[in-house]
Amino acid sequence: MALLEAIGVTVRFGGITAVDDAFLSAEPGSITGLIGPNGAGKTTLFNVITGLQPPTKGRIRFKNHDVTRAPVDRRAKMGMGRTFQRLEAFGSLTVRENVQVARDVHAGARSWFGGRKDKRVGELIEIVGLDRYVNQRADSVPTGVARLLEVARALAIEPELLLLDEPSSGLDEAETESFGTLLQNLAREGCAILMVEHDMDLVMGVCELIHVLEFGKVIATGTPAQIRSNRAVQAAYLGFSDDSTTMQVPDDIAAAATAMLAAPNPTETTLSIPAVDGEG
Amino acid sequence: MDVFVSYTIYGLFFGAAYAIAASGLVLTYTTTRVFNLAHGATSMVAAFVFWQLHVDKGMPTWAAILLVLFVFAPLYGIVLERLVMRRVSDAPVGVMLVMTLGLFLFLIGIAQQIWPSNTSKYRYVTQFFGTKSFPVFGVQMYYHYLITIIAAAACAAGLYVMLNRTRIGTAMRAAVDNRELLQLFGANSNRVSILSWIIGSQMAAVAGILLVAKTGLDYYQLTFLVINAFAAAMLGRLRSLPFTYLGSILLGLAIGYSQYVHGSELLENGLQFALPTLMLFLILIFVPEVRLRVGQVKGVLAANVPSARRALTTGVVFFFLALFVTELLNPTNTLRFGEALVFGITMLSLVLLTGYGGYVSLSQLTFVGVGAAVVCKFNTSSPVAILVAVLITAGVGAAVALPVLRLTGLYLALATMAFGQLMDYLVFNASFMFGFGGKINAKRVSLFGYDFSDTTSYVALELAVFVLLGLGLLTIRRGAVGRLLIALRDSPAACATLGLNQRWFRVAVFSVSAGVAGLAGALMAGLQGYAAPGDYKEFQSLPLLLAAAVAGITTVSGAFAGGLLLMLLPVLAATSTALSGLEFLVLGGGAILLARDPNGLVNLFYRGMRAVVPRMPVPGWVTQRAASAPKPAEVDGEEDEDLDEIPEAQVAGHGVA
Amino acid sequence: MTQVEHDHNHNHAAPRSAPPILELINVHAAYGRIEVLRGVDLTVPRGAVLALLGANGAGKTTLLRVISGLMEPTEGDIHLGGMHVSGASPDALTRAGVTMVPEGRGVFPNLTVEENLWLGSYSGRHVDKILTEAYHRFPRLKERRRQLAGSLSGGEQQMLSLARALAADPALLLLDELSMGLAPLIVESLYDRVAEIAEQGVSILVVEQFASSALRVADYAAVMHGGRVVATGEPDEIESVLTELYFGGTA
Repeated sequence: MALLEAIGVTVRFGGITAVDDAFLSAEPGSITGLIGPNGAGKTTLFNVITGLQPPTKGRIRFKNHDVTRAPVDRRAKMGMGRTFQRLEAFGSLTVRENVQVARDVHAGARSWFGGRKDKRVGELIEIVGLDRYVNQRADSVPTGVARLLEVARALAIEPELLLLDEPSSGLDEAETESFGTLLQNLAREGCAILMVEHDMDLVMGVCELIHVLEFGKVIATGTPAQIRSNRAVQAAYLGFSDDSTTMQVPDDIAAAATAMLAAPNPTETTLSIPAVDGEG
Repeated sequence: MDVFVSYTIYGLFFGAAYAIAASGLVLTYTTTRVFNLAHGATSMVAAFVFWQLHVDKGMPTWAAILLVLFVFAPLYGIVLERLVMRRVSDAPVGVMLVMTLGLFLFLIGIAQQIWPSNTSKYRYVTQFFGTKSFPVFGVQMYYHYLITIIAAAACAAGLYVMLNRTRIGTAMRAAVDNRELLQLFGANSNRVSILSWIIGSQMAAVAGILLVAKTGLDYYQLTFLVINAFAAAMLGRLRSLPFTYLGSILLGLAIGYSQYVHGSELLENGLQFALPTLMLFLILIFVPEVRLRVGQVKGVLAANVPSARRALTTGVVFFFLALFVTELLNPTNTLRFGEALVFGITMLSLVLLTGYGGYVSLSQLTFVGVGAAVVCKFNTSSPVAILVAVLITAGVGAAVALPVLRLTGLYLALATMAFGQLMDYLVFNASFMFGFGGKINAKRVSLFGYDFSDTTSYVALELAVFVLLGLGLLTIRRGAVGRLLIALRDSPAACATLGLNQRWFRVAVFSVSAGVAGLAGALMAGLQGYAAPGDYKEFQSLPLLLAAAVAGITTVSGAFAGGLLLMLLPVLAATSTALSGLEFLVLGGGAILLARDPNGLVNLFYRGMRAVVPRMPVPGWVTQRAASAPKPAEVDGEEDEDLDEIPEAQVAGHGVA
Repeated sequence: MTQVEHDHNHNHAAPRSAPPILELINVHAAYGRIEVLRGVDLTVPRGAVLALLGANGAGKTTLLRVISGLMEPTEGDIHLGGMHVSGASPDALTRAGVTMVPEGRGVFPNLTVEENLWLGSYSGRHVDKILTEAYHRFPRLKERRRQLAGSLSGGEQQMLSLARALAADPALLLLDELSMGLAPLIVESLYDRVAEIAEQGVSILVVEQFASSALRVADYAAVMHGGRVVATGEPDEIESVLTELYFGGTA
């Protein structure tokens, strides 16, 4: 039984269907990727899972409970932690205070008046590698740092399911790599991780299962190798369809462009290119 | 049957007038995102201008109306947009409320200054065509009522045609969705705003002129029309004009039929004023919970918090210094200082709620009144009475907040205002509260056998309470609750995804804040030796809030300065009739000018002191900003601390215009 | 406010020495304290189509916001047709001939198609002309002219947004992620229109994730990274740059 299941989730805004009958799942101890072009509905689906957006249709099951109608905070208490694509760090608090707030909420109101130091705060900051920034205000740190801060903050509530919305954008190559290791460690400890991500190296490197979303629909689900060689996925990502005769741009340019969208740092020349395996 | 028809007509008259006022409010709110608390004040000023032209100068009715509607109101709308509203449109709800409340009081101040209350010359405006009437279903209907109903219909038709058949009207509807996009279409969105404020002001003026014959020409009745308009507009969630009309008519009819209620003098007089509040709360209960939004800009407002030791030292020094000063005061001034301290304690409750939490309460003095009344009821010198007063007030606060706090700060603020009105008319005037004389006596508290009968010693007690509360507040700010308050203001969505039940947290904060206000009330009753409803009018909560905002609502020292300010201004104003509008002009004008820097005058004072004493610490974000801001040009900037509560579509454009 | 002259007759055969339609010099911009643009230099020649590529968060959208006047640069200069315009308001720029199809929905969902186009006449052109032109270019919009824009499909909304942006008879058209959330075939047909528009002499700056579509219509391409333009050139030059960047010169 999966820890999280999205069953036939549909979200409509006016005439636009952002998520269209989407199914996906996440398992404990495993990292699941959710990829797709901009506007495919990935973030909307995250909002549905965490309760920020009520679905037009469909259900969300978490730990064998139907949580479709449960409020955001109850889902968090059940063990859902998340980060945001558009950062939601508490800008007027320091990095340490951000994590401390999450610990306070997690520990409950009774702990608020004790004044004991929580060792876990420092540990979490160390785990994501933000020691240098502890006393800086969250609105003054670089984007990548703020993303890692959101990860630390989400981890502070000891989640069983961690939803990460583009966690690596703003990180450099080395940081992305150590972030990947962090995710693998978390998974090894039993955490289920669901991740929206544009960095294909990261996604292909750490995910066991990948769901591909296009126009709100899950068009493919599989292992990194399967996804890599899937023509539909390539078409979705590159922006051309197989039957398109109007394509004038050579495939290698398109591939390069895709890689660029995926790559955190185009000045890095040692990137391995994931796409277009099946081309021969 | 005749009675029914005449009540119906009476109700329709009010409904029609409310509809005109309320649709002006909705129009300006939807197109500019500024909720104008001073909408009723505009009606009030327009009614005074009408009186000046028509009654005082003897101008014919039609000429006076034309001048008010097509000269005064447009000019007023333009000035309003340029000087006030343009600066508010990108501010968070708290700042918006304080600024338009500033305007609210400023307009009253202007009216008091230009048309000072004068017992020898009673000002009034009569109905159009006097008491001329014609028969409808067996009762006589005044022409004035008919004119009002026709005016409402004409306004509805005019609005419909403008919004659907003209380009600028279409642009106004577009501005509701997305002002930035409208600019990309090539439209000057400032012009859309100006037009919207002109029309809004005209509609307020029409409502004022139509209603003044019924309400009488005074500073307050028409000014509080904004509550009725708000209640009516809430039926359409402040967006739909047809539902606003419907809400207005329903409210008007309810007021008409309330005349069926007989028996108690209280109900007969108070019910029509309490009905908008009852209707408002009824609607609020059914309004669905506001969805959490992500992608909002974070506020960077954060008062510097002194360390525990520094706060303690400052507190002790302050206590003895203030005690020394108290010893030097004459009895009258001692009493005044005691009052200032009660105001200061009340403002501490606002530091928690507004300064830290970002929520605005427009009825804090009503809570003070509840605390005072409870203590008087006990009529004992036991401190238990004070404790009970605090608990009861906190409970009342929780009850007010509960239905409203799942909505946004705007609804909370307006609901508190409505609550204050309800208390004014139905509770504080009731015999079970303050008795028939409207005044009940209180005993001063005695602690450990000491009875504080000497006013100086009582003031010392107040000082001690103020210092202890201030220290407690700073401890809260440094601790988990303080962090949570700031976090909740920065990103409610993130707090929810961490598992915080915001509704209960906010209710608790509001309730504690009300409890502190109740404590202030208990002390006030002891200081004066009595409590009377006149001291705790809803209206008086407004200068209280503004004095706190002007002095600095984020700091304990700001609360003290605010208390002094609120006590001193009326004393100064009383020195000469030429200063009759002084208090409201200073507080209203000050709030309009200073609201964007919530650290207020105290902060300016500290910054000034820093020129003399370079190491002087400044409580407020300005120092923090200076330390980490990338460019020195931003240090005194007013551009972006005020930006929570703005939908993401607007974010990036802020401060550009 | 800087006055911008509307270039009504786009000179198709402008001499090489004519100032470029858009020139950015060391443009910086920030959201609060976080600097997003860190010294952008970019030139769009008159009558050219420039594709601006780059990863999420590289600052492409912010750059378009700065050019369209929605955001004020903290530093640097923006020249339009040789005229300095930093600090001009977005509506003034629109009337001066710089129009934008913004990211996401660039239409008013609660207004009808026709009302949306009507508001396009704030750019200074007569509404009849706008309607004729828009319905000629996009016959689908004529069929739906009484419908609320919010009830249109994503592709139709984008058509409407494009038609509106063209209503101003622009000298420079800014396109932000035209393809977002649209099926490839629809994207292709939208870009066919973009190519037609470009042939009529309108200069176009296009930000696009579907790099293939954008590169198909582009005369030049530029790559943004970390708030700067890190590479510019003609598509085939960019091709080699990109190839070198990503394939380490081996492909």
